[in-house]
Amino acid sequence: MAENDVVLRFEGASKRFPGVLALSDVAFDVRRGSVHALVGENGAGKSTLIKILTGVHRQSSGRVLYNGADLNFNNPHEALLAGITAIYQELNLVPTLTVAENVFLGHPPKASAGTVDWRAMRVMAGDLLKFLEVDIDPGALVRTLGVARKQVVEIAKALSMDARVIIMDEPTAAIPKKEIDTLFRIIRTLRERGVTIIYISHHLDEVFTIADAVTVLRDGRVVDTMPTAELDEAELIRLMVGRELTEQYPYHPAKPGAEALRVEGLARKGVLKNISFSLRAGEVVGVSGMVGSGRTELLRAIYGVDPVSSGSVYVGGAARRFAAPRDAIEAGIALLPEERKTGGLVLLLSVMDNIGLPSLKKLSTRGVMRDKDLTRTSERMRDLMNIKTPSLKQRVMNLSGGNQQKVVLGKWFARDPKVYLFDEPTRGIDVGAKVEIYNLMNRLKEEGAAILMVSSELPEILGMSDRVLVMREGEIAGELGRGELSQERVLKLAIGGESIGRKTAVD
Amino acid sequence: MEQGEESAKSFGALAFGLLRHQVVSITAIMLVMWVILWQMSPHFLTVRNILEITLQASVTAVIAAGVSFVIYAGMIDLSVGSIFAMAAVGGGLAYHAANNAQWGTFPGVAASLLATVAIGGIAGLVNGLSVVYLRIPAFVATLGMMGIARGIGFIICDGVPIYGLPKAYTEIGQGKFGPIPYPTIITIALFLVFFVILRNTRFGRFTYAIGSNAEASRLSGIKVNFMIPVIFVICGACAALASIIEAARLGTMQPNGGQGYELQAIGAVYIGGASISGGEGHILGSLIGAILVTTIRNGLNILGVSAFWQLVVNGLIIIFAVAADQIRKRR
Repeated sequence: MAENDVVLRFEGASKRFPGVLALSDVAFDVRRGSVHALVGENGAGKSTLIKILTGVHRQSSGRVLYNGADLNFNNPHEALLAGITAIYQELNLVPTLTVAENVFLGHPPKASAGTVDWRAMRVMAGDLLKFLEVDIDPGALVRTLGVARKQVVEIAKALSMDARVIIMDEPTAAIPKKEIDTLFRIIRTLRERGVTIIYISHHLDEVFTIADAVTVLRDGRVVDTMPTAELDEAELIRLMVGRELTEQYPYHPAKPGAEALRVEGLARKGVLKNISFSLRAGEVVGVSGMVGSGRTELLRAIYGVDPVSSGSVYVGGAARRFAAPRDAIEAGIALLPEERKTGGLVLLLSVMDNIGLPSLKKLSTRGVMRDKDLTRTSERMRDLMNIKTPSLKQRVMNLSGGNQQKVVLGKWFARDPKVYLFDEPTRGIDVGAKVEIYNLMNRLKEEGAAILMVSSELPEILGMSDRVLVMREGEIAGELGRGELSQERVLKLAIGGESIGRKTAVD
Repeated sequence: MEQGEESAKSFGALAFGLLRHQVVSITAIMLVMWVILWQMSPHFLTVRNILEITLQASVTAVIAAGVSFVIYAGMIDLSVGSIFAMAAVGGGLAYHAANNAQWGTFPGVAASLLATVAIGGIAGLVNGLSVVYLRIPAFVATLGMMGIARGIGFIICDGVPIYGLPKAYTEIGQGKFGPIPYPTIITIALFLVFFVILRNTRFGRFTYAIGSNAEASRLSGIKVNFMIPVIFVICGACAALASIIEAARLGTMQPNGGQGYELQAIGAVYIGGASISGGEGHILGSLIGAILVTTIRNGLNILGVSAFWQLVVNGLIIIFAVAADQIRKRR
C-alpha cells in the first residue's frame, strides 16, 4: 500500500496501566477513505486504542502515526482540531438546544461583529444534513429526535469540524434495525468523500456488510488485520476468541415440567393489553417484538416494578399479587434487567456484595451479616458462573460486560428462583461470554427453572427458545413453537403482516 | 498537606488494615495540623486543650454520625441544624412541664431526653416520607425542613431561651468519667455502634447499595421506601442527641442554636472521605472529619482569628473536601 494511502499507522504501540498491559505491541495500518472495523471481546483493548487516537491517553511506548506524523495530542480537543472524532454510544449532545446549535457547539460561525451568525449556522447545518441525505430540521430541538437521528446529528457535528477520521463505537447498539441501513448509506457517502471510518461493533454481520478491512484484537494484542473479503464469520469468531466456538446457540431441547408461571389477562393502561400465557418448568420462552411493543414492560409488570390495572399472576399454581419487586423475589422470581449497569448491579459495591444483595436475609442472623456464609456463597457463584475477577472484593464497575452479567446471574442463582425473567441477557457482551450465558441458561433449564427471555436479537430468540411469544402494540400477537420458528414468521407477527391463531402451550 | 498525604500512603500500606486509605490519610492530615498548631501556639497541645477539642467536637461528631448515613445513601440533610434547635427547645419545655406536674427531677429529665430524641426522630421521619412519597429530592425536602423546624423551635418557646436545668441534666455535658468528659464517651460509643451497623449488618449493606444505585437495589428486593425514612430518622435523632449534649454543657436551650451546624457536619462527612454521589464512605472518617473541623476552629480561636473568618474557613473546607473526592474519582 502506498505510503500516503495510510491515514493511521500503529507501530509497536503499547499502553500500560498500573498492573495491566492494556495494549501490547500493536501494529497495523488504516487506509485513507476506508471503513476499518475493530473487533475483539470486551477487554481486548479496543477502548484503550480509541482513547489514544482521541487524545485521552498516550501510548506508553511505540509510535502512532497520523498522516505520516507522530500523533501528539494532549487532550481530546486537540484530536478534534486535527480531524479525529469519536462518536460514542452515549451521545454527547445537548438535548435542550437545536440541531444546528449542537452541530456547531463550541465553534459557531461568527458574524463580522464577533457575534454568532445564527442564519449562517442554520444554513450550514442544513447543508451538512442535506449532504447526509437525511430529513432533519436544523431548528428542531435535539431532545425531540430519536436515537438514530441524534446519531446523524453527531456525524454532522463531526463533519462541521472537518473530521477526517470518525470513530464509531457500537453505533447500531441503540438504534432500530431499519435505521441501520440509513447509517450504512451515510458511512458509504463519507467513505466516498475520503473520510476514514473506524467501526467498532459486536455485530459481526455488520462488519461484513460495511467494513473494508478488519483488525482483530485479543488480550491487548493484534491477532490479525485482513480485508473482510478474505474472511468469513466463523473464521472471524475463531480469531476473536482464539478457539473454535462449536455452537453459537447451544440449544438443549426442553423437558417441560409443571406450570411455573401463568399470567392471565394482564393489562396496564396504554402499555399492555390482555396478556395471557403460561411458562413451564424447564423451558425457555422467548419474547420477541419491535422496540416499544411492550416486551420490557411485560417483564416489569410481572415483577411488580410497575403497577398493573388488571389481570393476575400465578406462581406454581397459586395466585400472587406483587406490589413491589421484593414480593416477586419472595415468590421465586428473578429479573435480569435490560440495563445491567443501572438496574442489575450496584457498581460501587464489590462482586461479593452484589451477589449477596438479594440473599442478605438468608445470610444474616437478626440483621447481622454472617460474613463467612456470604463469602462461601459468592465463591460458589464465582465458580459456577465462571466469573473472572481478581478478587471477590473487586468493585463490579471494574469487570467486563460479560463478567458483570454473570454476576447478575449469580446473584439470582444464589436464591434458586423458579422463574427467571431475562431482558436482553446478552446485550453488549462479546461472543465468547454470550455462549457462556447460553450454557448457564441451559443449566438453569435442566435444574427445572423456567425462563422468559426478551431479546431484540432475533437469532438469539430463534436459537435458544422452546417457544416464542411475539408482541405487538402491547399485546401478544401470536405464539410459535420451536418447530414453526423462522425469522420471517416472527417478523410478520411483530409488524402485523400475518396473524396466527393463538395456540395453547404444548400440553 | 501534600506531605501529609504522602506519609499517609506509606502509613496506610503497613498500618491499619481495618481503615480504608482515605481515613488513614485524613488522620495523618489531622496529626500534621496538630503539630503545626502546636508550633504556632504552645497552648494547643495541652491535655486540657485536647480534651476541650474532643468535647467541642462531640456535638459536630454526633450530628455528622447521623448525616453520614444520609450521605452514604446518596442524599443530603440540610435540616440538622434546625432540628437540633427545635428538638432541644422541645425537650426543655418537656422538662419544665414535667416539673410543673411534680414529676420529680429524674423522671423530668428522662421525659426531656425522650422528648428531644423523639422530636428529632419525627422531623427526620417527615424528611424521609417527603423524599419517598412526595418524590422530591432530599436537598429540597430538607431545605424546607430547615425553615420549618427553625420556625417551630421559635414558636413553641416564643423565642425565649430555656433555662433552669437541673444538675442531673447538665451533668450529661459537664460530667466526667475520670478525666474523660461524658460527651466524649457518648460520641465514641455512638460511633462504635454505627461502625458495627455499617460494617456488619444488612441495614449497613443496604445503605451503601441504595446510595450507589437505588434502582438496582429496589430490583434486588431492598425496601428502598422503608430504608430512606429510617435513615432520616437516624439522622434527626442524632441531631437531637447532639443538642442534648450542647444544652447540658451550656445549661440552656436556645431556639437560635445549631445555626451553621449542618455545614460543619456535612463538611466533616465529606472530609472523612464520603462521596457526594453516595455509596462510599467510612464512618470513622466522619469522626476524624469532625475532629479536624473542630481542630481548625479551635486553632483559629487560639490564634485569635475572628469568628467571621472561621465561617469562611468552614465553607472552604466543604468545597475542598468535595473537590478532593472528584479528583480521586477522575484518577
